[in-house]
This record gives sequence, structure tokens and C-alpha cells, in this order.
Amino acid sequence: MGTAIAFYFISACILGFAVLVISTKDTVHSVLFLVLDFLFVAALYVLLGAQFLAAIQILVYAGGIVVLYLFVVMLVNLKRPPEAHSDPHRKTKLGLGLAAAVLAELALLAVRSSDMPVRPIVEAAAVPVSGNTEVVGWMLYTSYLIPFEIASMLLLVAMIGAIVLAKREL
Amino acid sequence: MADSFVITPTHYMLLSAALFIIGVIGVMVRRNIIIIFMSIELILNAVNINLVAYSAQLQNAVGQVFAIFVIAVAAAEAAVGLGIILAFYRNKETINIDEMNLMRW
Amino acid sequence: MVDTLLIPLLKIVIVLNATLVAVTYMVLLERKVIAWAQSRLGPMRVGPYGILQPVADAIKLMLKEDITPVLADKWVFTAAPVISMVPALIVYAVIPFGPVVNLFGRQVSLYITDINVGLLYIVSVASVGVYGIILAGYASNSKFPLLASLRASAQLISYEVAVTLTLVSVILMSGSLSMVSIVRAQESQHLWYAFVQPLAFGIFVIGSLAETNRAPFDMPEAEQELTGGFHTEYSGMRFALFFLAEYANMIVVSSVATTLFLGGWLRPFPSVAALSFLDVIPSWTWFLIKSFLFLYFFVWIRATLPRYRYDQLMRLGWKVLIPLTIINLVVTGIVKVLIS
Repeated sequence: MGTAIAFYFISACILGFAVLVISTKDTVHSVLFLVLDFLFVAALYVLLGAQFLAAIQILVYAGGIVVLYLFVVMLVNLKRPPEAHSDPHRKTKLGLGLAAAVLAELALLAVRSSDMPVRPIVEAAAVPVSGNTEVVGWMLYTSYLIPFEIASMLLLVAMIGAIVLAKREL
Repeated sequence: MADSFVITPTHYMLLSAALFIIGVIGVMVRRNIIIIFMSIELILNAVNINLVAYSAQLQNAVGQVFAIFVIAVAAAEAAVGLGIILAFYRNKETINIDEMNLMRW
Repeated sequence: MVDTLLIPLLKIVIVLNATLVAVTYMVLLERKVIAWAQSRLGPMRVGPYGILQPVADAIKLMLKEDITPVLADKWVFTAAPVISMVPALIVYAVIPFGPVVNLFGRQVSLYITDINVGLLYIVSVASVGVYGIILAGYASNSKFPLLASLRASAQLISYEVAVTLTLVSVILMSGSLSMVSIVRAQESQHLWYAFVQPLAFGIFVIGSLAETNRAPFDMPEAEQELTGGFHTEYSGMRFALFFLAEYANMIVVSSVATTLFLGGWLRPFPSVAALSFLDVIPSWTWFLIKSFLFLYFFVWIRATLPRYRYDQLMRLGWKVLIPLTIINLVVTGIVKVLIS
């Protein structure tokens, strides 16, 4: 019962702040709503028992990526808001209608699939450690070591790329 | 639907679908490219919620491992994307995506 | 009901009040110690030996006029000091002041809670604290605060990397992220981590000096630089909140350093039976003594060292400290594998 109340409250906040992110005129306010959104998503992860992922979400997403967005927003702050007039070629209502159709389809799929029995597709490997962080760490370093290494290479490449792109003169 | 007081993965899937659609609407409707990037982050978070919900349901930590990779890739993509925006802004002084048409004839 | 709700609530009230009082008296401690280092006496007029000076400071700041610049972003301007203060306070939820003791016939743990990702929680909350500085500079709608806040936040996020990597070395040694388990691991390994990981300890102290904008890394808030830094446009209670946030951060960092490197609530040489006469001093007093040593060290450094220039500061963070922490991590890993 407490889980249900927490879930409904957190999801209402997540969806509410997400709508505010895409609809606020001021970009800085939009970024701040995004931070709040990520904090509530981290709370949802704690509710699901993924404490390590919740801490990583706050540390990387809310404390790293969104800080980067905030820096860029402050550096490109123009005097006039960039959407002073709307483009006549943009078909906003058609886009919103299509989005509503996709949402209805996804909702139908979700509700229909809840009647099907759930079979674990991947055999849960018996890891010799217990505790959320330990299990995730064990899997990261044994079964999924190669994606882990590739992800670190990806981050290195992205770091070098971002520095090269943002430098004033090479 | 089942008893509303028991939170099933279906609830998480609906939340994830709604967040996904909000992100997609943000990408389609807004013209400020930074808001478009932030909507893409919303989409990635929606996917993460789905992954973690099923990881909790199936008691298999693979979902959380995948979500960690999604976060890492999102960080890399945000860094490079914002670098591109900065480089573009320095040349053309705009962040309106309708004016980023250097490759149009 | 009493155990799950009332006792944690009581602990939270005690810890918050103690922290806020400690923060105001940190101001007095700093002024006194710097004064003594400079062969003068510091505040002496208010109360005996200036003891009541923080009360006078609080009254003065509360009575000052609260000015908001006309073109400033109202909500963000008001929220920025709060965003600075809150992370400093909520870290106390996981810091252990002592083990489980017997109080009034009840087994009470001297920490508010012990989550299994305690150290990661502290690091992630600290990374959210950067927002207060960025938003303060942005919301002031003025050139100098904006530049100063960009500098300050760049400094903070640079040293965050070095500090987090030193914490990873500590986690390698203790095998757990929970703060209580780290102290127990130091107890079972019979040695404080400051002696096992001296390099990590040193880098943590230097990094936390930079993280809390303390001298010699206090370029973002020095009055001679950029007319007062990111809190130029703040006055009255909001300005007070920024300063309280800085001192609260300093106390938090001292508490974390005590727990991780100086054995938390353990007395010196916890396994040597000959020194068990030291057990008459309760565990939380040892914790407070060690934290106080750190705070004194921070003030001492401020009174002694000159300020780093900004480019020197960034060079130190990226080119010196981060490679050192990575080397420390690799060596720790290799040694641990060889020993076991």
C-alpha cells in the first residue's frame, strides 16, 4: 500500500516535470525541471530496489550531464528567445495526433501483455555475492566485461571528441 | 486491470511509455536544439525505467547492467552533441534548429 | 512505532541542530584561529573572549535588507542558496557517530541510518551541490557573478573526479560502500585507512579543500577577485545561507574524512588491549575530536598558504591529482590481489 502511494506520487512528479521540461519557454527553467525529473526517477529506482543504479543516476545524470547542459545554456544565452515566431511549415497538431496514437498503441500492448505468463528469458546466473551493488558489479566484471570495456572506450572517444569540437582553435 | 494497489510491471511500462511519448513530442515540437537534446534524455530515461522494472520483476540484474550502459552512452552522446552545438553556435549564432540548414541547397 | 519513527526523528532533530550550531561557531573558530596566527586576538568584545560573536552575527544578518536585483530570475535567485545548503545537511543521514550503544535501556544506533550504498549517496549528493553555485551566478543577471560562478563550478567538478577516485581506493580496502561497514573494516583490519592509504588520504584532503572553496583554492569567492564572486548580489539572510552552506560543507567533509580515513568512532589502536583505559572516552567523542582536528587543519591552512591562481588550480586538479589517484587505485588493486 505504501509502495503504491509512493509509485503514484513519484510517477505523477516524473510525468509532470517532463511536461514542464518540454513546454517551458525559458531554457534554464527547463534544465532545472529536468534535474528534478532525474531525481524523481532515481527515487523510482530506489523503490524498485536498484539502489546502486539510483546513486549512479544522481551522480552521472543529475550531477554531470545536466550540469553540462546548464553550462551550454548559459554560454549560448541569446537576448531574444529563439522561438519568437512559429514556423508556418511545422505541422504541430499532426505531430501531437501521431504521438497520441503511438501512446494509445503502447498502452494497449502493455495492458494486453500483462496477461501473458512471464518466463525468464535469460537464466539468472548464480552469482556468489549478495546485495544489489555486489551483484551488479559481479555481472559487470564477469559476464558483461566486453561491453564494459567498449563503453569505457566510447567514453574516452567522446571525451576527446568533445574537447576537439569545443576548442576555439585546434 | 489488476488491483490498483499492487504495482505490476505493467504500471511501470505505462509510465515508461508516457515518458517516452513526452520526450518524442519534445523532439518534434520544440525548435530550441538544447530542449530537443533534453527530450532525448527523457526518452533514454523512459527506456531505463522499463529495464529496471523488469529487472526487479525477473530478479535478474541484467536489466540494471544494461541501464548502466545506457547511462554511459547517454553521457557520451550529451558531451559530443553539446560540443557540436557550441561549434555551430560559434559559427552561426543561432540555436534554432530550423536555421541549421547548411546542407540544404 | 517508536523505533521506526520517533527515534530516527529525534536523531535527525539532534543532528540538524548540532550541525547548525556548530556551523555558526565555526565562523568564530576561524576568526579566532586566524587572528592568533596573525598575532592578534580576534573578536573579543561580545561576551567573554568573544564567545557570543556568532549570535551577534546572526542578528545582524537577519536584520539586513534583503535585496533582489530587478532583472534577476526571482525563483532561481531565491532557490540557489537553498540548493547550496541542503546537500550539506542531508549527508548527515549516513554518517556514523558511533556504534550501537545502550541508551536508557534501549539499543540505539548512533547514526540516523545505514544504507548499503552510503558512500555513493554522499558523493552523488555532493555533486548536486554544484547547482547552488551555478544558479547563484546565473540568476544574479550580472557579469561578474556569472563568470565567477562558471569558474567555481568548473573547479568543483574537476576536483570531484579526484576525490571520488580516492574514495574508490577506500572501497577497495573495505569491500563495502556502507559507512558503518567501512569503520568496522578498519576495526577488523586493526589499522586506520590513513596509514594504509596515505596517498589517497592526502589527495582527499587537498581535493576537499578545493571542493569546499577553501583556501588555498578559494579563488571563486575571494574579495579581490571578481568583486566577491558568485554571491556578489546576495545580501542579508541569503548571503548568510551561502556562508553557512560553505561551513556546513566543511564540517561534512571533515566528518566523512574522519569516518573513512581516521577510523570513525574507534579509539586509537582499537585492538591493543593495553590501551583499553582510553575506552572511558565514549565513541562519539572520539569522532568529534577527530572531526575537530580536521576543521582546525582547514583553518590553519587558510591562515598559512597563499591563494592558487585559477589556471594553476585547474592544472593541479587535472594533471597532478587525477593521475596520482589512478596510480593509487591500480597499486591498491594489485597489492590486494597479491596478498589474498
